[in-house]
Amino acid sequence: MSCEQALPARSSWLTARSDKESEMTTTLEASETKLTTDLKQLATDVVRRAMEGGATAAECVVREGDEFSTVVRLGQVETLKESGSRAIGVRVFFGQRAASTYSSDFSAAGIERMLKSALELAKITSEDPYAGIPEAGQLGSLSGDLDLYHEDVYSLPGSERIEYARRGEKAALDADPRIKNSDGGSFDAATGRRVLANSHGFVGEYRRSYCSVAVVPIAQDDNGLMQRDYWYSVARSLAKLDSAEQVGREAARRTLRRLGARKVKTAHVPVVLDPMVASSMLEHIFEGVNGDSVYRGASFLAGKLGEKIAGPNVTVVDDGTMSGGFGTTPFDGEGIPTRRTVVIENGILKSYLLNTYTAKKLGLETTANASRGLAGTPGIGPGNYFLEAGPKTPQQIIAEIKDGLYVTEFLGHGANLVTGDYSRGASGMWIVNGELAYPVEEITVAGNLKDMFCNISEIASDLEFRGSVASPTIRIDGLTVGGE
Amino acid sequence: MVIANQERFFFEHYGLTNHDLETYLTAALSAGGDYADLYFEYLTSTSLMVDESLVKSASQGISAGCGVRVVSGERTGYAYTDDFSPQRILHAARTAALIASAPSKTTVVGFQQKPARSLYPVALPSVDADITAKVELLMRADRTARGYDPRIKEVRASYADELRHILVVGSDGTFAEDSQPLARVNVSCIAKTDASSGRGSSGGGGRVALDFFFGDKTPEFFAKEAARQAILQLDAREAPAGDMEVVLGPGWPGVLLHEAVGHGLEADFNRKKTSAFAGLIGKRVASEKCTVVDNGTMPWRRGSLNVDDEGQPTQETVLIENGILKGYLSDKLSSRLMGLADTGNGRRESYEHIPMPRMTNTYMLAGQDDPGDIIRSVKNGVYAVNFGGGQVDITNGKFVFSASEAYLIENGQITAPIKGATLIGNGPDVLTRVSMVGNDLKLDEGVGTCGKDGQSVPVGVGIPTIKIDRLTVGGTARREPGGFMQ
Repeated sequence: MSCEQALPARSSWLTARSDKESEMTTTLEASETKLTTDLKQLATDVVRRAMEGGATAAECVVREGDEFSTVVRLGQVETLKESGSRAIGVRVFFGQRAASTYSSDFSAAGIERMLKSALELAKITSEDPYAGIPEAGQLGSLSGDLDLYHEDVYSLPGSERIEYARRGEKAALDADPRIKNSDGGSFDAATGRRVLANSHGFVGEYRRSYCSVAVVPIAQDDNGLMQRDYWYSVARSLAKLDSAEQVGREAARRTLRRLGARKVKTAHVPVVLDPMVASSMLEHIFEGVNGDSVYRGASFLAGKLGEKIAGPNVTVVDDGTMSGGFGTTPFDGEGIPTRRTVVIENGILKSYLLNTYTAKKLGLETTANASRGLAGTPGIGPGNYFLEAGPKTPQQIIAEIKDGLYVTEFLGHGANLVTGDYSRGASGMWIVNGELAYPVEEITVAGNLKDMFCNISEIASDLEFRGSVASPTIRIDGLTVGGE
Repeated sequence: MVIANQERFFFEHYGLTNHDLETYLTAALSAGGDYADLYFEYLTSTSLMVDESLVKSASQGISAGCGVRVVSGERTGYAYTDDFSPQRILHAARTAALIASAPSKTTVVGFQQKPARSLYPVALPSVDADITAKVELLMRADRTARGYDPRIKEVRASYADELRHILVVGSDGTFAEDSQPLARVNVSCIAKTDASSGRGSSGGGGRVALDFFFGDKTPEFFAKEAARQAILQLDAREAPAGDMEVVLGPGWPGVLLHEAVGHGLEADFNRKKTSAFAGLIGKRVASEKCTVVDNGTMPWRRGSLNVDDEGQPTQETVLIENGILKGYLSDKLSSRLMGLADTGNGRRESYEHIPMPRMTNTYMLAGQDDPGDIIRSVKNGVYAVNFGGGQVDITNGKFVFSASEAYLIENGQITAPIKGATLIGNGPDVLTRVSMVGNDLKLDEGVGTCGKDGQSVPVGVGIPTIKIDRLTVGGTARREPGGFMQ
């Protein structure tokens, strides 16, 4: 139950990071090999001491990272933030009981206190026959350079980072006189390191880097009504980041086309989702095949392995191994090498996405999708998770529609995976005779996900990774567009 | 009046002295700037989860650090450290100082602690309470939900609490300490039959001690409520689509106010003129039956604070009075730049974050109408009593909130339950269509978490039963003239 205010660029660029942890973690001065050894040593020591304290299995995670961010608004620096931090977490098992603790205090006393509370806390949890860390034979790490870390994200001097943000915003402000205001241009960079150790002797480590530029222009029409939209580029290397001008111009284009948006009458028409919003449909599929929802029966896809759940044109893949990917890691949150899993093949549900616990509950093998935060039991997270591209261009798909809705933004969280009921606020463009004719807003899109997955009638060729979840443009039939 | 916070947590635990604080602030202002502050935080938390009647997860943790902010004109420099050593704090102070290159010199004024309220004086913070008692709360919730109806198939109950010690000192003499407890119980249920399924969830809490859950708001209370909602959904019909009359029930549906007007009235958006409400002070933005306030001073409430995260005492701020827009929610930066009073709404998620104007507890005052009369006045409409949450686009004012429990109103009678549907409207004018306001103001149970610019903070909402003459309902059912076709 949360209420969120939409700040599209800022929230999106956070989700563009490959995992939630990168939001929290951030580091001290890195790049000393000594520190690396120390963190690995620290993690192994914590595991050893947990075992000495009577644990039958233990697992320790250490994260550190640093972040830089700046926002420039109307040409002036608005915020500048630069810092680092680290945190450590331990999970202990006494037979089939588990508990976890974490701390940001790396002093001897802090670590001691963390360990002691974990060993104490495990006494109050229940015997769960399925609890435990993976088998020793399952553990390991992908070899070779996965292209996840580039020091160049910090190579720009501070003034040029500010300049990057300023140029992005300027390109938007210069694009059209109707762009009179701005929520800013921003440049972010971050690097993070993660170490995982467990009592089977596994010790793994990886580093990742990230940088992004985002622009949020505000346009105003003759009636004084304002619209805001955004665009961004994100990359693991500064060398791969789009130019600030390119981002600013695209942000301006997306904002300007919203001016003069109107409401429409309630209608049953084809709906086209642009790649940014289509990826939300993939997230619903993810939630539906997430082992945690499946074993609890909290997903309408539970028990549907081998069955048709989508049209024959739909193939969905999760691949944690792609070089340089936003969802790539050498091992998952439990120390198992990541892999490629076909989730849906030609409309047939082929695999759930699982960690060790949910795999055991379902009598299946883990798909190495464990995502480990600092505390609690591991969850399930995507690698690089995507809908395979189709043959047509987005323009061809739109051209075939006489009367329909092209969605560029969803508002709210109205998807119920238990029932499949789906209802969200939307804005975008109305399609008339194959063309994007005029902007629309304050409308809803509703249906049921069970039908919607089967009614993905077109998938475009424009698959591009702008985060760990990616979708091409798609067309869905049979939805209700709610308006006047 | 009780003077709270004499515990001097950071002074006792980290040997901090006033002299240290002055040294750090002086370093922060070494390159100039108008203002600097330090935010020390020490947060301990517990979370527990019962699933399949087993205590599957238990965790505890500590997160502590210090954030340093330097403000120069409209510029903010920020740096933080998770290490309280003088070297690390000085390093952060000098990093934050990089933002300021102003010739202006600000000196650090002697610290002055204002007498503060004591809105949540817990004798034993729940983080320090016996953990087996917390586990027992969840086991009780689990038993109650499972016993409610044989169609309840899955129950998950969770408990979370925290205790946050803060110290805020500023170069203007600001000096404030607080210790902020927060606790919450949540229950979610899944109901199933061969033909249908449903989910329900309920929870509550506040800045309270564990004994709160032994009063009226027991685990059984939340468990029954979650189970009731899940069972109800089994028979829900399709929701209608299109514009219609909507009645909101009292309490958590106040999320309407949070999204439709609250965010739009945060001073930062209005200073930058990026809000659809910019320039509307003194103008009519609601029917005269509507008076909306933000109130951070309500004892024990989830959204309340003795002082905000800039050390300013919280207050009750009138946002809309009899339909007229009266004021904004501001923090130090906005109040200085806009020449407004600081309303004590400067909040942040943690020491890693820059404070900004945020809501506390936002609600509409009770009106004169009888809730039964409100329902009876509707020919064809929707009665929405529970919501999953909402979202707003500040700039164009469009907001949504998602009903998770709603009913059709037909000829003045509440009839069938309907499936979850999103309601969408326009912030600056939705309240102008409020034609009836009930006499039954209620606040939510203490479950709200608000996200803005990547920062989450606990908030409260509240509303009496209200009637909105026209709002767009995002269902799937086709509507026939004069009624709903199912």
